[in-house]
Amino acid sequence: MAEITKQDMLRTADQARLVLTEEEAQNYAVQLSEILTFTEKINEINMDDVKPTTNGNTIINVLRNDEPKQWDEKGAALENAPEHEDNHFKVPAIMD
Amino acid sequence: MGLYNFTIKQIENMLHKKEISAEELANLSYEQIDKVDGDIKAFLTLNKENTLEKAKQIDAQGTYDKKLSAIPGAIKDNIVTKGIRTTCASKILANFDDPLYDATVTEKLASEDSLMIGKLNMDEFAMGSSTETSAFQKTVNPWNHDFVPGGSSGGSAAAVAAGEVMFSLGTDTGGSIRQPASFCGIVGMKPTYGLVSRYGLVAFAPSLDQIGPMTRTVEDNARVLEAIAGYDANDSTSSKESIPSYLNALSEDIKGLKIAVPKEFLGEGVSEEVKESVQNALQMFELLGATWEEVSLPHLAYADAAYYLIANGEASSSLARFDGVRFGKRSDNATDMIDMFKQSRTEGFGDEVKRRILMGTTVLTGDNNEAYFRKAQKVRTLIGNDFRSAFEQYDIIIGPTTPTAAFKFNDKIKNPLTMYMSDMLTVPANLAGLPALSVPAGFTETGLPLGLQIIGKHFDEQTVYRAGYAYEKATNHHKKRPERGGA
Repeated sequence: MAEITKQDMLRTADQARLVLTEEEAQNYAVQLSEILTFTEKINEINMDDVKPTTNGNTIINVLRNDEPKQWDEKGAALENAPEHEDNHFKVPAIMD
Repeated sequence: MGLYNFTIKQIENMLHKKEISAEELANLSYEQIDKVDGDIKAFLTLNKENTLEKAKQIDAQGTYDKKLSAIPGAIKDNIVTKGIRTTCASKILANFDDPLYDATVTEKLASEDSLMIGKLNMDEFAMGSSTETSAFQKTVNPWNHDFVPGGSSGGSAAAVAAGEVMFSLGTDTGGSIRQPASFCGIVGMKPTYGLVSRYGLVAFAPSLDQIGPMTRTVEDNARVLEAIAGYDANDSTSSKESIPSYLNALSEDIKGLKIAVPKEFLGEGVSEEVKESVQNALQMFELLGATWEEVSLPHLAYADAAYYLIANGEASSSLARFDGVRFGKRSDNATDMIDMFKQSRTEGFGDEVKRRILMGTTVLTGDNNEAYFRKAQKVRTLIGNDFRSAFEQYDIIIGPTTPTAAFKFNDKIKNPLTMYMSDMLTVPANLAGLPALSVPAGFTETGLPLGLQIIGKHFDEQTVYRAGYAYEKATNHHKKRPERGGA
């Protein structure tokens, strides 16, 4: 039976770049414990010799030729960003 | 006249006889939206100016010779449309007003001269089964406004059911086309994985996501799929299989068709009314000359568990791209770079999206990766094997689309697990990558629509459509219209 604690949730939120209040962490912990416990029914199956499936079909990656193409929309792409300066995306300082 | 009294083929004939114009069709669509969408709330964004302009061009040309000439359609808001706001019904993309390119499906619809009426409401990032997790509005079920339209493509289903457009595109990761189609009494197709390009679809769970058509009839559906299917060099999972004519495959003759009915589809949790509708449908298929047998696909019982582990694991990774750097919302309250990521995501994502990111991160991290995620991928193999062996003997698999008819607002939203379990009959086709269609199959005593699910072999949409078409022609369910939709 899965037992996710409030501390687990706070740590996971940090990894996933989210901020939770204590109350939110507690609620998610209860809900995820319940959901993960539900998923544990898959442990009833013996899967020792089963290979995992990682995609929606048996098709393998369909790759196109890697050819350079002109791309003229740099300006428009920058306009979609919350902040930009001199042809670059602008972010808060990473270090002082 | 109302758009929903006609099929695409009928409109095509009227266009050729000059009985109607593209401009009139566009206006009919916007008039119906004016009339009913204040209640239905299917649309997030209208594309009126561009559409009327395009309609005039189509009329000026006057040939009406494309697959979808002058046909009003609309697109779920997780599919990008160049220069037209694309939000995924999330606050984090509320101001994403100027996408740089069209998704391949958007482009294909435009090149077939369809009219792109607007963008449709959905569960935030397609995470939900009722469209209640949209950050912007609650879409109602046109058949009864106290009930949800289903989800996540709830806007796509409601807009078609309410006669606002003749078709829509939805996306289906675990049932998000078929379940709302079933709840709203329309036809919804999740094609084979790889048949329709996902270039320009905002990813939720890339090993499961597919785009597909939602329409009022099987014939209309086949026509829209023909328009959007096909290889695309911009999607590395796109198949090079040649695309047959789905319209030519439609036939009322299904004599000798072999149907399997998994007993796992009619077990615990499935309502009596739903079971009865499937029994009635099977009788109809028998009358049409098909045969059916009950079979067991033992691993279907584990499909919902495996699905939520895989889908949420992939979702936590897919949504990492929303970080407030290149597009979307950036928080004003951040102290440094990492805090900017955190605050932007925390302010931008809703409760259900956060829950799934947290669950996904949990099952991908450390020992849990082996204990949960990897095991779920093995269950996926077993489910695929179950289907493969069934399809050695049978042509299609039939069951209900959903365990019950539509539920009321607030019924399940407070308890995520009960919401998740409402997808138990649709997720197997996503896990196995199979084509699956929902067609109207009658109504509950209280007048809510029910859907029948038809699952086929990989890339055998033709047989799925043929079965759906024959059933539709033999029944009248699809002819009924919601009174309160605004007929």
